[in-house]
Amino acid sequence: MLIINILGALLILGIVWWFWLYKPTGASENSSDMLVTVKNGIYEPARLRIPAGEATSIKFLREEASPCAGTVVFSDLEISEELPLNKQKTIHLPALTPGTYSFTCQMQMYRGELIVDDKP
Amino acid sequence: MIQEQTVKLIIEGAGCSSCVGKIEGALNSISGVTAAEMNFAERSVSVEGSAPIDDLIKAVESVGYNAISTEGVSEDDLMDEKEAADFAYYKRLIREMTIALTLGVPLMAYSLIVGEMTVTTTTERIVWLIIGLLTAGVMYFSGKHFYIGAWKSFWNHSANMDTLIALGTGTAWIYSMVVVFFPAAVPDMARHVYFEATAMIIGLIDLGLALELKARGRTSQAIKRLIGLQAKTARVIRDDKEIDIPIENVLLNDHVRVRPGEKIPVDGIVIDGHTAIDESMLTGEPMPVEKKTSDEVVAGTLNKTGSVVFKATRVGKDTALAQIINMVKRAQNSKPPIGRLADIISAYFVPVVMIIAVVSALVWLNFGPEPAVAFAIVSATTVLIIACPCALGLATPMSVMVGVGKAAEAGVLIRNGEALQTASKITAMVLDKTGTITLGAPKVTSIHLVHAKEKDRVLELAASLEAGSEHPLAMSIVESAQEQGLSLSSVKNFKAIAGHGVEGVVEGKELLFGNEKLMRDHSVNVNGAVDVAQQMAAEANTPMYFAVDGVLAAIIAVSDPIKEDSIEAIKRLQKNGIKVVMLTGDNRATAKAVANKVGITEFFAEVLPEDKSDKVAELQMQGEVVGMTGDGINDAPALALANVGFAIGTGTDVAIESADITLMRGSLHGLADAIAVSKATLRNIKQNLFGAFIYNVAGVPFAAGVLYPFFGLLLSPVIAGAAMAFSSVTVVTNANRLRLFKAKEH
Ligand SMILES: [Cu+2]
Repeated sequence: MLIINILGALLILGIVWWFWLYKPTGASENSSDMLVTVKNGIYEPARLRIPAGEATSIKFLREEASPCAGTVVFSDLEISEELPLNKQKTIHLPALTPGTYSFTCQMQMYRGELIVDDKP
Repeated sequence: MIQEQTVKLIIEGAGCSSCVGKIEGALNSISGVTAAEMNFAERSVSVEGSAPIDDLIKAVESVGYNAISTEGVSEDDLMDEKEAADFAYYKRLIREMTIALTLGVPLMAYSLIVGEMTVTTTTERIVWLIIGLLTAGVMYFSGKHFYIGAWKSFWNHSANMDTLIALGTGTAWIYSMVVVFFPAAVPDMARHVYFEATAMIIGLIDLGLALELKARGRTSQAIKRLIGLQAKTARVIRDDKEIDIPIENVLLNDHVRVRPGEKIPVDGIVIDGHTAIDESMLTGEPMPVEKKTSDEVVAGTLNKTGSVVFKATRVGKDTALAQIINMVKRAQNSKPPIGRLADIISAYFVPVVMIIAVVSALVWLNFGPEPAVAFAIVSATTVLIIACPCALGLATPMSVMVGVGKAAEAGVLIRNGEALQTASKITAMVLDKTGTITLGAPKVTSIHLVHAKEKDRVLELAASLEAGSEHPLAMSIVESAQEQGLSLSSVKNFKAIAGHGVEGVVEGKELLFGNEKLMRDHSVNVNGAVDVAQQMAAEANTPMYFAVDGVLAAIIAVSDPIKEDSIEAIKRLQKNGIKVVMLTGDNRATAKAVANKVGITEFFAEVLPEDKSDKVAELQMQGEVVGMTGDGINDAPALALANVGFAIGTGTDVAIESADITLMRGSLHGLADAIAVSKATLRNIKQNLFGAFIYNVAGVPFAAGVLYPFFGLLLSPVIAGAAMAFSSVTVVTNANRLRLFKAKEH
């Protein structure tokens, strides 16, 4: 019984670490045509890096029919766009100040981050 | 990803048919292009192949022309495609649901009628093994997407609805298989299988998703209607020939012919003919509007009587209708502050639920009655299944979508979710008088001569002076002079004094035209005329003093008629408990007369344009949530300062972006409609949030077994599955109820 309780506690710690504490480091490097695929419940890549003070654009390709995946929302930027199925959609972003902006689906089940960096 | 596709480009600058060969040649020489064919009449070229669009455009530019991509232009096609994709997905979900329930329902019926689904004898083990494998088949055919999604998002350090479903059904299935393979490893009493739960949950959630999809389709009807307003083709006059082309291919400055009964395809200015156009689909204004040469026409409106030719001034994405569609779409997906909480909760919810499930299982294992293992499994599974925050995430966006669309149908454009929410809380509404309560098109009603001899002469001089001014009162003088057939002279040293009037020299005479203060500032003697002026003002006219060479010549009374339905609309606002305040630059007496007429008790007169925002601030200091309504650019600071700024204007000439809410038609009923819609939407959102929270907040402890010690009750995972599936459906359906909402008839 003790072992089971310890395993349970470890499981809880594991959940906390995996979903909250773990900070992913990799982010897709900035390039002129970033492509984010929406498939199987995630954005791929989910972390994008773009330079500050420059208008950019991101292409989205939705390969999943579920309605959750149908809209991408950049709530801080008041951008919300429908993504057609199996067709690239370009989303134009204005010049941004450095910071992290999240983008999600309408239900917030798909999540991604847009990291805006000062130029080196 | 490289795809074979057909791209259509619009070519600009191709004036002769010899261009065709050059352009086709340039395109065909790019690798990846399999065929390029130009339609000279349409000035368009279709390119087949896999070459990127940017390369195609560059190739066309390299031979000296401009190419414009038509990608994403036809909203109509996109909408159709989306519907087709949704329908295909719907059919897939129904098929998957049927497979899952075909196994799940008989199994559940068996467990309910026969009872215990225990595994003791070898025969039972074999039978359950077969059923277990069938269940695995269901998990594969009907639930594959949950497991793939869960797996993918797990490795992405995120968790979502798929995670919960996959964990819940997976736990139930794995436990059941352990019982089948190693019955000895579990206590006698816990030798229970839960295959029916797995199959039922997958089937029910697929059903829920399908129903949700159906209901979602209905919520976006407003956008569909707006898109449906667009004409599909336009009749363009090129090289003296009239050709019908798709509206995407209409170019700027094209001459477009519209016949009676046809829709205006793009925005433009009439250059030939005259007609009446029904603009009600955009503005809600039922009366057709007369259009003649140099009048503007707006895409989406309906030509009623005559045939006109107009020059295209805005095409494609730039037409007022396209911008409105775009804005409504954006607003539909923006969230009011009330939705933030739900967002934060759903962002952390899934991992929290996983922890609750583990804790619940541990508590059952430690303190639960026998068979503790079975109870632990059931409670953990049930917690995972019932806790999906999907409904919570949908609660706000679905209502906003319907609400914003509903408002758009009434000619009210709401810029974002925040404006929608704030509008429901307005306690005071500030109305600018001119152009808002009144028509904003004043008319000269009488001329009272003081030292002048002739009314026509007064009008002639005054009109000459005012010809350069843009002020609506000034324009009324000029119009009136033109109606009398008077000819105007040129003006020198023209100077406008904001809020007071104008001065200038006409035919060598020093002219002053404006209010009493202007006269006093220039020491013009107005004694003896003040009574007349006051009398005019008391009758809701604006008296304007006119002096020639420092002597008062006449007082001209100008009146701006009150809009037909202003009185009724203001009454509607007041009935809703909103304090209505009028602002005007006019003198006190005129303001009072107008205020009396429309039933406003509180008003500020003689307010200079730059002081309008101070009045708004004053009201805010008194604790009011202030809505400000104005029609002009001079109202912009006040509109911006107010909690909600309402701009009055037609879709063509208003900077839609600058106001929180734009009323497409002139009527003040739009204000009451906007507030009514926003209140109804907020109420709907609250119902949704409450409903969604109840599923989770009450559902989770119930599923964890809080009630067991008292009532011996433990929720079945199947019930949890059904509840989870239908929570989203409930929310979407409730949001759809908003569609039935009607802003009061007027
Ligand atoms: Cu979802």
